[in-house]
Amino acid sequence: MSARIGVITFPGTLDDVDAARAVRYAGAEAVGLWHRDTDLQSVDAVVVPGGFSYGDYLRAGAIAAQSPVMGPVVEAARRGMPVLGICNGFQILCEAGLLPGALVRNTGLRFICREIRLRVENADTAWTAGFEPGAAITVPLKSGEGRFVADEATLDRLEGEGRVVFRYAEPAPNGALRDIAGICSTDGRVVGLMPHPEHAIDPLTGPGVDGLGLFTSVLGRLTAAA
Amino acid sequence: MQDQATGTPPLDTVANAAATPEHEQPWAALGLRDEEYARIREILGRRPTDAELAMYSVMWSEHCSYKSSKVHLRRFGETTTDEMRRHLLAGIGENAGVIDVGDGWAVTFKIESHNHPSYVEPHQGAATGVGGIVRDIMAMGARPVAVMDGLRVGPLDAPDTARVLPGVVSGVGFYGNCLGLPNLGGEVVFDPTYAGNPLVNALCVGVLRTEDLHLAFASGVGNKIVLFGARTGLDGIGGVSVLASETFGEGTGRKKLPSVQVGDPFAEKVLIECCLELYAAGLVVGIQDLGGAGLSCATSELASAGDGGMEIDLDQVHLRAEGMTPAEILSSESQERMCAVVTPENVEAFLAVCERWDVTARVIGEVTDGENLRIHAGGEVVVDVPPRTVAHDGPVYSRPFARPAAQDELQASTTAGLARPGTPAELAEQVVRLASSPQLASRAWVTEQYDRYVRGNTAAATPADAGVLRIDESSDRGIALAIDCNARFCLLDPREGARLALAESVRNVAASGARPVAVSDCLNFGSPEDPAVMWQFAEAVDGLAQACAELGIPVTGGNVSFYNQTATTAILPTPVVGVLGLVDDVHRAVPHGFGAPGDAVWLLGETADELDGSAWAGVVHEHLGGRPPRCDLAAEARLAGVMADGAARGLFSGAHDLSDGGLAHALVECAVDSRVGAAVTLPPGELDPAAALFSESAARMLVSVPAAAEADLARLCVEVGQPAARLGEVGGDALAIDGVDPLDVAELVIAHASTLPSVLDA
Repeated sequence: MSARIGVITFPGTLDDVDAARAVRYAGAEAVGLWHRDTDLQSVDAVVVPGGFSYGDYLRAGAIAAQSPVMGPVVEAARRGMPVLGICNGFQILCEAGLLPGALVRNTGLRFICREIRLRVENADTAWTAGFEPGAAITVPLKSGEGRFVADEATLDRLEGEGRVVFRYAEPAPNGALRDIAGICSTDGRVVGLMPHPEHAIDPLTGPGVDGLGLFTSVLGRLTAAA
Repeated sequence: MQDQATGTPPLDTVANAAATPEHEQPWAALGLRDEEYARIREILGRRPTDAELAMYSVMWSEHCSYKSSKVHLRRFGETTTDEMRRHLLAGIGENAGVIDVGDGWAVTFKIESHNHPSYVEPHQGAATGVGGIVRDIMAMGARPVAVMDGLRVGPLDAPDTARVLPGVVSGVGFYGNCLGLPNLGGEVVFDPTYAGNPLVNALCVGVLRTEDLHLAFASGVGNKIVLFGARTGLDGIGGVSVLASETFGEGTGRKKLPSVQVGDPFAEKVLIECCLELYAAGLVVGIQDLGGAGLSCATSELASAGDGGMEIDLDQVHLRAEGMTPAEILSSESQERMCAVVTPENVEAFLAVCERWDVTARVIGEVTDGENLRIHAGGEVVVDVPPRTVAHDGPVYSRPFARPAAQDELQASTTAGLARPGTPAELAEQVVRLASSPQLASRAWVTEQYDRYVRGNTAAATPADAGVLRIDESSDRGIALAIDCNARFCLLDPREGARLALAESVRNVAASGARPVAVSDCLNFGSPEDPAVMWQFAEAVDGLAQACAELGIPVTGGNVSFYNQTATTAILPTPVVGVLGLVDDVHRAVPHGFGAPGDAVWLLGETADELDGSAWAGVVHEHLGGRPPRCDLAAEARLAGVMADGAARGLFSGAHDLSDGGLAHALVECAVDSRVGAAVTLPPGELDPAAALFSESAARMLVSVPAAAEADLARLCVEVGQPAARLGEVGGDALAIDGVDPLDVAELVIAHASTLPSVLDA
């Protein structure tokens, strides 16, 4: 039986179809989860996709973090279920307290959509185990509030604990502190990143297939655990 | 959020109107002429109520009634043959044209303008422009799958451009990005005539299964009218009649600021998903979006397209403001609303779907067996009108038109006397000057603010000549889309210019290997009350209609925007033409730019000395005069055929059409976009190097061809009589054009990329 990976749809979620496609391309079954669900349908992992959940009202990710489905997601994550937050999903995971720091307005104050090179700084998380440490991958970045910020102590701790998972290979176009593009939880099971690996799974529609590695990585972990 | 209507006037009922014929009404302030008001009184046999007057005034505005353009737009119908209609499931008159693309799939697309609001409030004006065209596509039963936009503003360095362009771009991006629709590209054009008259033309394309096609009509006595989506508020009231149909001029512009609507893309995203679920469940008989003229338009159009009358109760409309009058409710242009016709037994299920998406929905009326549209408020009848008289029987004007006296002088002022560069250094300098000019520089500053990836079906987007989209994951079928207009050509000769706009759009689509199948247009002009403008319009429409007939591709819908002028200065005549093409297999679509190093570079088509109206004349000499390049549609069709056949056989590793800036700029863009140089000669012939490089002769394409495919391409060209010349090969770090100093690709990239940021980020 193949692994089952949940993909959450909030009102205003946009990249859920893309995340579900990436899950399928990686060889797993994509299970749609609705924001009002309180049952995760026994999925093995969850992707919180990008978009503008609840229209970014109040603050990007703030309302989604309080929605019914996030209760069980947070609970399962604390027990070690792999969770990936992409873009708005990353913002939601920060708002839900699963990841430290916050994502704020890009320094240029404009939405940025371009293909960007990332360095995989930690190839030992649930979502990056299939990469070589230090590997360079190209995926699209597309966000207006993608600038990762945290206080100095938190940044030092993240660096010290190897929890910076992805770093922009060029100066961060959004002004992210220490060029941080993605981070993980202490156990390496919860990963959040601003760029979009789910848009880099097919050369026809994206910059290549580098993004697929995140989804195949988690499959490897799930299979190994089973 | 509550906004307040102040000083609610007493209800003006039908009975009251009949009893008070002498009551003075502000028809002139609402944009109606004396004779139009008299005609309304004649239709009703009494004076209209305030609510009726509001309905007629918005629906009879230029924007909604096409009263000045109707007599000319008939040309599109007259020139469309049954053969051209073969693949059309819906055409002009519906919310958008629908084309059968095979395998049970259909595609619907349309362009619409949102020009005047985008001048007053660039961000919201542009945002709601996107929102409006997306709802048009939703109303056909389709899932919106992509947007494009054609933007025209004043000179890059004009003070107001720094307000208008960033605002418009942020509005287009904010709305489209938040809606989850990839933006495939479009146009950004700078010209002094657009200062004070920016053009924001938004295109949306949708995909549907043919059985899901929905049309706007209200039939079936007893069927319910459901209004769903956002609440109705005081925003955008009078926007149509007052904003969109009056020229900005001294003393008239500023006080109308609050009429621009405010968009909420989140509400629209939810509305899209809600509508698609309603369609899939078979819960909708007819549907209409609420755009310009709001409920006035939706109720009168639904009723007049149906087979009976309609009763509406405004007390059921969910409002955002207190104390709104019936006239205000009927003419409000609050965004993100739809109106559906639902059978009584399905109402409960319909409301349940809306509830699932947290979309507010209310039954506001029903279809009756009467003749009239009757609208109630506060228990009284406030509107009682034959719906056709509101929606379709508005005034029609045959405006006087006349070729302007200055046209001969303009055409006589050719580029023949302008100094042309001759030395390799001069030529190189002008190639770079063009590439870095605002007219031709990279648009990345704009397009990097738009999401192009979402939904994962985008096979090509800007700077490709055409956007290419896979229609669905389950299929390899694709569509290609381009919008274009060279308005400088249109000023010199509106008829030929409109034909050239079609030709260029067709060529852009052909560059991807797609076969062009349908057209949508957005006709932006000055005041129809100026005979010279009306002549431009008549010429352009007739030229475009005939050109479409020659190419055998129908106009499926579109939009007219008049009054794009400040005082007596009209914009360049700007008939923007969108073309939809079909790709059998998206994996075989031709990439943009140069192919791999070692591939041959060929020029398809013939180059004549045609510099009048060119980017070269504009940038180097600030000159605009003479006659536009000749438009040979047979040559365009042949070229498009070669591209489609060659693409199907895999002959091309890259392509780029020739248009603004001629061969020189096409070479530069290929080098810049593919980050590789080339060594080429100029095409054989008698032309001087400046003409060979900068002429904007139509029906030309630059293609890259792997060595193994060159013989096949040569054979294909001979078979169909396609003129073609091998110019050289891809490769190296420089663009080396014979007779021109070599240009370093890395330096070209910077020259091309820096212009917009250097001004807009300053």
